[in-house]
Order: sequence, then C-alpha cells, then structure tokens
Amino acid sequence: MAPERMAQGGRIDRDRVLRFRFDGRGMTGHPGDTLASALLANGVRIVTRSFKYHRPRGIMGAGVEEPAALAALAGAQGQGNVVPTTLPLRDGLEVRSIHGWPSVRCDLGAVAGLVSRLIPAGFYYKTFMWPDWHLFEPAIRKAAGLAPVPDTPPQGRYEVRNAQCDLLIVGAGPAGLMAAVVAARAGARVMLADEGLEAGGSLLARPARIDGAAAMNWVAAAVAELAALPNVTHLQHATAWGWREHGLVMVQERAPDHRGLIERGWRVRARHVICATGAIERMLVFPGNDRPGVMLASAVQAYINRWGVRPGRRAVVFTNNDSGHDVARELRAGGVELAAVIDSRAGASADDLPLLAGQVVQRSLGWRGLRGVEVAPLSGGKTQRIACDLLAVSGGWNPAVHLHSQSRGTLRWDDTIAAFRPDRTAQPSASVGAADGRFGLHQALQSGAGAVAAHLGLAMPDIPQAEDAPYRIEPLWSVPSATGSKAFVDLMNDVTLDDIALANREGYGAVEHAKRYTTAGMALDQGKTGNVNVIGILAGLQDAAPGQIGTTTFRAPYTPVSFGTIAGGRAGPALLPYRHTPLTDWHIAQGAVIYEAGARWRRPGYYSQPGESFQQTIDREARTVRQGVAIYDGAPLGLYAIEGPDALRLIEHACTARYGTLAPGMGRYGLMLTEDGLIFDDGVTFRLAEDRFLLSASTGNADAVGLHLEKILQIDRPDWRVRVVNLTQQWMNATLCGPRARQVLARLTDMDLSTDAFPFMGLRAGQVAGLRSRVARVSFTGELSYEINVRQRDLPTLWDALLQAGAQDGIIPIGSEANHVLRVEKGFLSLGHEVDGTVDPYDLGMGWAMAAKKGDFIGLRSVRLRRASGLARRELVGLLPEDPEVSLPEGAPITPGGRREASEGLVTACVRSVVLDRWVGLGLLLGGHARRGERVQVRLPDRTIAAKVVAPVFHDADGTRMRE
Amino acid sequence: MLLIECPFCGPRAEIEFSYGGPAATRRPDDPAQVSDADWVDWLTVPENRAGPVPERWCHAKGCGAWLTVLRDTRTHDILDVRHGA
Repeated sequence: MAPERMAQGGRIDRDRVLRFRFDGRGMTGHPGDTLASALLANGVRIVTRSFKYHRPRGIMGAGVEEPAALAALAGAQGQGNVVPTTLPLRDGLEVRSIHGWPSVRCDLGAVAGLVSRLIPAGFYYKTFMWPDWHLFEPAIRKAAGLAPVPDTPPQGRYEVRNAQCDLLIVGAGPAGLMAAVVAARAGARVMLADEGLEAGGSLLARPARIDGAAAMNWVAAAVAELAALPNVTHLQHATAWGWREHGLVMVQERAPDHRGLIERGWRVRARHVICATGAIERMLVFPGNDRPGVMLASAVQAYINRWGVRPGRRAVVFTNNDSGHDVARELRAGGVELAAVIDSRAGASADDLPLLAGQVVQRSLGWRGLRGVEVAPLSGGKTQRIACDLLAVSGGWNPAVHLHSQSRGTLRWDDTIAAFRPDRTAQPSASVGAADGRFGLHQALQSGAGAVAAHLGLAMPDIPQAEDAPYRIEPLWSVPSATGSKAFVDLMNDVTLDDIALANREGYGAVEHAKRYTTAGMALDQGKTGNVNVIGILAGLQDAAPGQIGTTTFRAPYTPVSFGTIAGGRAGPALLPYRHTPLTDWHIAQGAVIYEAGARWRRPGYYSQPGESFQQTIDREARTVRQGVAIYDGAPLGLYAIEGPDALRLIEHACTARYGTLAPGMGRYGLMLTEDGLIFDDGVTFRLAEDRFLLSASTGNADAVGLHLEKILQIDRPDWRVRVVNLTQQWMNATLCGPRARQVLARLTDMDLSTDAFPFMGLRAGQVAGLRSRVARVSFTGELSYEINVRQRDLPTLWDALLQAGAQDGIIPIGSEANHVLRVEKGFLSLGHEVDGTVDPYDLGMGWAMAAKKGDFIGLRSVRLRRASGLARRELVGLLPEDPEVSLPEGAPITPGGRREASEGLVTACVRSVVLDRWVGLGLLLGGHARRGERVQVRLPDRTIAAKVVAPVFHDADGTRMRE
Repeated sequence: MLLIECPFCGPRAEIEFSYGGPAATRRPDDPAQVSDADWVDWLTVPENRAGPVPERWCHAKGCGAWLTVLRDTRTHDILDVRHGA
C-alpha cells in the first residue's frame, strides 16, 4: 500500500488496485480515488511548476476549487491542463507534471522567481507592447507553466442532448438531495446534476450525522429513492457550468455510462432552478502560502475522511473561523500529529485543541516542501517557529454563487459570514443551503425542502434531524507581514498581494480593472479560493467595505469545459453538411476534383485526364466551350417561382430592372440591391405569364434571397397578393454551351431552336430527351448556351442523353474552374469576387441595369445619395499583366506606385485566357473607369507586378456569339 | 439561447430562427420625397436602447414566418411576438 494511505476508512475499494504512472514512476491507487488523492497517497508533493515564477506547487484542494495543481495526460488519453482533484483515477493513466524542465523537482525556469522583483503585474503589457505583442507571445507562452496541446485527437465521441424539466437541482449535497426528494415525491419532472463523482457533497468529507446515524446512510437512501422514480434524471460527475437566458442551463456530464462516449453535454431548459451548489473555502494570504504542504483545511479533511490519505505527518491548522477547529480534531483522529491550531481571532477558544488564539502564520518555512511555520501574534510581538510538514488553512467560506450570478441574480455582502450571498433572482430560481450562506446541516436540509415546497405550493414537509455546527468568522484578508514577499492571492497565475497593491496605486483599483491588470482570478480555477481575498484587500487599501468594492462578473464556464462537450456530434462534415446534386456521384466516378461551390454544394472543379497538368485541364475545358460544345452541372442555381396579381410589383420592388415591358417567354438580367444601395445578388428573371415569373439567384445566395423576398412580403407589403416558392431543388439544370450547342440540342428535341423562334434570353417549355423541360437561352460563358431545366430526378437521364447526343461533336463535361475562366474573359460578375458587399451597380459599369423610367425600388434612394456625393469609388476594370506569363494573385492589393501603403484597389480574379493565350484579370480600382491605359502595380509581400488597366471584357465585347 | 414563442409553432429555440435586424419604422412609400438626412437616419440609425427593442426574426428552419419580437436587451425577456410588422 502507498506510504501515506491509512489502513482503513474512506470511500475507496482497497481490494482493487489501479496502476498509473506519474512522470514515469509507477504508482498505485484504488477505485474511488481521484488522481490527486492517489498522488498524495504515494507521497507526491510537487505536481506543477507555476505559470510565471516556476515555483513548485502541490495539491492544495480536493475538488473544483483546486488553486495550484495541474497535470497533463499523455498517450491515448492525452489531455492538457487536467485538474487532478476532479479526475477519477483510471488504470493505466500516464500522467505528466506541468512545466518541469528538466523535471518538476528541478525546474531551470525557477530563475524567474529569483528575478521576480523585475516582473511585477502589468510587466508583459508594459514591456512587450512595442512593436507588437505578437512577436513576443510565442516565446512567453512557451515559458509559461501550461500543458502542451496533445498530439492526437481524443479517442471516442461526444454528444449533446436537449432536455426539459420542471425543476433542475444543481448539487447533490444535503440541500440539493433534500430538494430533489421533496420535488420528486410531489411528481415534478426533476433533473439533479452534481459535479462530484458520487452524491453527498460536503457529507462525503466529514463525519456528520442525520437522524442519529451516519449522514451517508441518509444520502444512500435518498439516492436509491430517486433512482426508483421515473420522473427523476440524476446525473453525477455532471457540472452545470453555464446558465443562459430563458432558463437554459448547460451541463457537462463527464462520465456517461455509454461505450465510446467521452462526454455528454446537456442543454437543459428548466422552468425553475434550485442552486444547491455548496460553498468553497478561501485561502489565507501570507508569505509562502503556496509552498507544497500548504493545503485548504477542507481538502485535508476530505483526504483523511473520504480517501483515507494522510497529507502529512505533523500538522498545523491556520484559521480565522470555527470550521478549522473541526478539521484539527479530524486530523488528530486520523493519526496525524497536531502541532498547533493558529486562530487569528483573539477571542477563539477550544479546550481540547492546542490553540494559539489571536496569532497568525507569518510565513511558511522550507524550500521545495514545507518544513515549518513562523507564528506571531496578529497585534505584533515575538515570533516562534513550529515544525510541521502540513499546514491546513481556512480563510472562511464563500457560497458558490456562480450559477446564480450567471443568471443575472444579484449579490449582497453579509458581514456575519464575511461573504457575498445571493440577493435577488433574475430567472425563476432559489439558492439553498451553503450556496445561500446557510452553512449548517440542519439549515441545508430545511432550506432545500423549503424552497421546493414554496415553489410547488406544498406544505413544509418533515425533514430529518440534524445539527447546525457553529460558524463564526473574523475576516483576515492578509497577514500584516505579507507585503514585500511572496504572499499569493492567485496561485495559478502567480499573483501576489503586492501586485494588487501595485494595481491599486497605478489607478486600477476598481475590481474589474485590478483583475485584468494583475490577472488575478483569470486562471483555469477562475480564482475560486482567492477572488474574495482580492476584494477584501482592495477594500482595505481603499478604506471601503467589501460590499462597496463588489465582485467581478461571474461568467460561464464555472469549470473548464471541453469544446467537444459543447459541439457534440456537430463536428467535421456534420457541422455544415454538404449538399449533393443528382450528379455529384457521377462527377466523382469520372475522376473530377470536387469543389465546394457556394452554399456547400459539391460540384466538379475540373476533370483531369491522364498526363494533363492542372493548367492543361482548365485550358482544354475552356477551349472546348469556345470552339465546340460542353456541359456543366448547373443544378444548384437558385430558382424561385413568383406568382400572383402583385408578382410584378414584388419583382420590380426587389430588382433594379424593368419587367413590366417583358413579354411572356422572355427573361431580363437584373440586380438585387440591399436598401443601402449595394449589390446583393444578380440573375435573370423570366416571365412565364402576366402574373407568373421565374427568378434565378446565385448558388451561394439562394437561401438568403428567399428570406429577403419573404421579408418584403410579410413585413413591408402584407397587402400584396403574391406567392414565392423555392424551386431550387425541384428544377435543376444542365447547361449546354458552345458554338455547337444548338446542333446537339436539336438531336434531343422538337423545339424550334432558330434564333427567330428561340432568341437569346428566351425561355421555352417542351420535351428534351423525352423529359419535361424548360430551356432558358442565357449565357454565363459568352457562348451560345442553353440551361435545360428538368425535374430533379430526371437530371441524370438528361445528362446521359446530352453526352450521347454530343459525342460526335466531342462534347465534354466542364467544371467550375473552366467556368470561371470563361466568365472572366467576358467580364461577367461573380459573387464573392467582384460583388463583395461594397459595390453598387455604377461601380461595376452597370448603370444601365438601373431602370431609369420606373419608380422606386430597393436600394435606389441610397445609390442616388451615394452618387450625389461625387466621392471617388473603386470601379471594375480589366487588368493585363505586362508580362503575359505572370498571373496576378486573386485578392492581392493594388497600391499607388506599388509602394507599401494603403491600397487603391485589389485583384478580384485572374485567369489564363484561352482566347488571348495570356493571363488576364479583373479588379476594383479607385476611379478605375477613367484610368484605362494606365499602368498600375499589384503589391505582393516581396515584389510588385505591373499591369495595364483595360476594359473589363476580353472576348466578344459586343456579345454577338451568345446572341447568334 | 433564446426561446421564441412562434405564433404558429409555439416556443422554439433560437437556432431555428434567422435574425433579421432591428425593426425599423415602416419604409417610406416614396423614398425620393424623403430628405437625405431623414433617409440616412431611417436606414442606419436604429434605436439601440437598454430596454425593450423591436427586432425581426424569421422562423427560417420552421414555418418560415417573419416575426416582430419585442426583446428587452437588459434581460432577454421577450415581451411580445407577432407575425409581420
């Protein structure tokens, strides 16, 4: 058995042995142990080197409050910054201390502690500001005492569940269990969530009695009763870490009983919340209060009673309240020699204890571990040394008000317990037991039962008999000797009393400022044992009451939460699922490289042939469209049917062009603007009949266009009689394009395809390949082009038919890369390239799309206002690199003279043109329309590229080819 | 995460909704008649007070209704939900 393990007692299973390693040393523990209790049982005193000064630190707490110790898990269960006091021991754990180089016992970085006078609070901000903090950050992070990120992702999965309940009870200590039993018996839907490994809360760690028997008997009976009731969900090792609006409480369940599941997140919508979150003990602030061997008194109590571990051989207790006296008695009962009880209260007394009343620990003695303490009267006087290897400290108790505060409930300072306690609630809830500052066991049971009875309108039920231990406290925020030495208020972030005083002197005395200036309370433990000491110290410096200083804002999470618990299954491809066209599988089978093209659609980027380079593939595909015939998967194009007597009004209100003059069977290109006069979308709208239209929208914008149109109809114009139906996934098109498109299509249809019968911008219904079709003669490539729309299920049939009908003309499928080349050669717009949310129609040379003779439409007023200002705008231009073999990186800035200064534009697109056999680009350039012929410079990090400004069209400028 | 009482679907979680911005006053019927200053005010200066603020929300992953929601920005309390403006 491990050296510090007691022969009996505690809630561990001594018959079973768990083996683990700490920094390579083999150790053992038992089921029921935490990593912390097992390390202490094995005599490990130093677990961590501190963040800034690299001071040796040991385990000081026994639960979520742990203010000092962190560890890392290696191997398959790799995880950084694990809190050893909350990690259940498992067989085979491979544990590493944090920031020991070469080892935690001998850390070279500890030299930082020797020069600590030179690195006070705010040092990093003051010193590393110039020229840029980010230059220094990596080195500082490396020197900081935090675990590295594990190499491998966690093995297993996470999930998230939604739940609803009448009552969510947080905490399964005496108050929470009592509340749960009363609520469950009344038939309410109850959720009980407790952060501990097992229910019982504080009763797990102390020898209390309920109804004349061991309190844990009552706990076991209550847990069994709850387990038998169908209206109760009881979660252990499950922390309510965040309380959001409308009764939503986030719960992290760490050990779900399910194979392969690492953690489960719960989103609980509770009608009413009972906060039975208990209380957390405060540290005391004196020089060397971080030395391994100094522990919270409540933690010492827990290790002895719950885990059967003696954290030391000879102990001193240092307290400012009654709870330390009980711990002293239990230490003695546990076989630890009790050297002294130092009580800062002059009036303290306890006949059975070696009590030194009115005295304080001036400082701890020792180097790597505690060897003794120096004690003196609080009022000053002679010091004495007491040898010990364990110092149990208690600075009093803080109700764990975190959850109550997160719900926006208020706090008030209570002098009788020298702590903040809940005041007004903001969401339906109540705090009970120690969380409400009622530290007695009887009070806990009574307030737990009472809060539920009051909420459910029940008579106060009978509660079991229990005693309230006395609790008196005289606050001691720091001992008088603590200035000018290392007396820590925040161990994990290495913040000392002097740092708080410095912040106060330098004008950062407001509690939120002091926190940020010193980083007190900003470490992984969020200052659970130290924050109120900081408030008390600030109050002393400012001659104010702690209630006047107030607390910092309590924010989620209460304890560290893994991202996996929040995300659940929404990770990887499930986060934003891909959309597949009916042809995606065909493209993949053909060896296409698949792109995500707008709104998560999986579309072909290009179809490489054996032996081809990337550029050769794109050239071949684009050239085929210019010279022969090709097909493109246009399935995802946004498509809306707009029908009703007011359909025309809606379209003319939402789009820039006129549609009233449009004949049925014809379409017109238009822009959709936002009300601030910027381009939101573009597309062709066809008129099917007097009151029926088809509006096409960009692939990536289709959903947003639908929302936009519905908003107009439901919010602004409920009087208009018009219906908008999203057809995007019902009608899907294959785009047949190239000079030979007509002859290929003619083989599959009886339609008259002559330009007279079916002109450019026409829409015709009929049969293609025996399928019901609507064919639109529009072009995004500048060539003769037909978008053949069929029902979704018919698209693969149509696709095959087109490939067969076009075989003799050398038809090929093309991807979005070639499509991009073709549209840039024509200077056609693309959302996300030229249309980036900053341009209006005039900027793009599309003033013609702003119908002059029609009335108001969305965006017109703002465009006119902008034009009237006469300010220079970034305008669309074509760019020809002076060296035709050099491409311009898309997105690269254009700067005046190529100098390193603010840009005057940017490259929006650049492709290798198949008609000009050179690189051509498009860009937005300040005052660009008037700068044709000028030479501009594209600025890259290491060089510039010269380009000539030209008109933004490189092929068939008058558009004859697509109209013929 | 807010719980929004859709008039058609009942109380639903915020993730089913798309935020549609603050609810401006009704769009002028003829913006050409509005002065530049008034237009800019209407367009870009929505009320942003600590207290009940009307907002547009679309139940996009539900019934598709555009709603006007009166939400208290201090507490998130939702005081009123109605369809349309």
